[in-house]
Amino acid sequence: MSSTVSSTEIQPELTQEPRPLNASYGKLMMWFFIVSDALTFTGFLIAYGFSRFKNIDSWPIADEVFTHFPGLHGVDAPMYYVALMTFILIFSSVTMVLAVDAGHKMQKDKVIFYMFLTIIGGAVFVGSQAWEWKNFIKGEYGALETRGGMIIQFVDSNNNKRLSIEDFAVYKPQYREQHKKSNGLWFQSEPALDEYSVAEVTEGFMADPSIVVRMEKIDEKGHKIVLNREQSIEKVKQAVYVVRGANLIHNEYGNRLFADFFFFITGFHGFHVFSGVIINIIIFINVLLGTYEKRGHYEMVEKVGLYWHFVDLVWVFVFTFFYLV
Amino acid sequence: MAHDTEHKLEIFRGLIKFKSNVQKIWGVLIFLSIVTAIEVALGIVKPEALMAQFLSMKLINWIFVILTLVKAYYITWDFMHMRDEKFGLQVSVVITLIFLIGYAAFIFLVEGNYIYDIMYEGFVSWNF
Repeated sequence: MSSTVSSTEIQPELTQEPRPLNASYGKLMMWFFIVSDALTFTGFLIAYGFSRFKNIDSWPIADEVFTHFPGLHGVDAPMYYVALMTFILIFSSVTMVLAVDAGHKMQKDKVIFYMFLTIIGGAVFVGSQAWEWKNFIKGEYGALETRGGMIIQFVDSNNNKRLSIEDFAVYKPQYREQHKKSNGLWFQSEPALDEYSVAEVTEGFMADPSIVVRMEKIDEKGHKIVLNREQSIEKVKQAVYVVRGANLIHNEYGNRLFADFFFFITGFHGFHVFSGVIINIIIFINVLLGTYEKRGHYEMVEKVGLYWHFVDLVWVFVFTFFYLV
Repeated sequence: MAHDTEHKLEIFRGLIKFKSNVQKIWGVLIFLSIVTAIEVALGIVKPEALMAQFLSMKLINWIFVILTLVKAYYITWDFMHMRDEKFGLQVSVVITLIFLIGYAAFIFLVEGNYIYDIMYEGFVSWNF
């Protein structure tokens, strides 16, 4: 600033917005948003860690839960699918940086091309997550649950393979009707009755001496403890509920909290990816219309890029703490 | 405001220098892919040697955490262009997060472990 200030001419410093830390207002605010959002995810992941440390000797083993890969039926493929999802998201991050880079050079066509690829990558990721959820909710083997909420899984003692309850449960016609409003029971409601009752599973279990029970507890080597036949019979007698698949209350994989955290953490992340795709589409349309060409800079692409990379960054942590560790 | 298009084009403290920003992006992608591939390979193989306990966690889990932080660094520094920002911005974002996350992680994990001990040594049966 010069010492002789003339009142008629506007000082050049005041015609531009102030740029603290050499970043524009929008970019700085995006960084602040990212910091606060990172703390939200921190809250989720640390709550997960807390519950896991609290149940360190009985937490479900992720490798045994997420074993599906599209097109491979009945093949045990742990981790491959999430690894693929991780690559998809990292790659869509790369196309986003390339779009930002093209924006710096004012190359509109390249921005359009790379943003398009980014949107496709994000959409594929959200779809993959939906598929993962479908498998998780549907479940694979089914299990019994005790009154205390412990999960009882079944193993064939001849080959140590997991058994699905469909493999051995007997068919006993049920006399019990589902309570419905349409049957006049307006004062109570209940979810649809399961395909198998505890009695059917128990009878099938008693009939085949080669079936044993696998508990939630983990031995020193990190494997689930398999009981012998006598202990197994004791355990099965305590069962009160048949669990198939997973929801927020029951899940066949083990600790109830495991499914809750799965739904909340991957769901919250998936929601971020989804909103990221929407924001990307809005910016993409603006690029197509030439808004930023007219404005003279592509800083909006850069800002939405920051958000998109943040979503990728969070996935890196979710991948580690949910699937690897 | 099509400003500061100049980027810092070296990673690994100048060990690898790139000619252009685009080249750097692909280089970082290759690096991140290698790290992810190592993580996945370790997760599938689970080498017996890495199952030893170290600071109340398995060695393999420490490796996963460290590799994740490495990936996080390169995503933030190169994809989010934190490398080109002013030192003040870098510090105000990173120190805040490291302090708060580190503190919360420490407090909650220690507490979780304590509750585990109580439940394990207590006289109440939780397995029924």
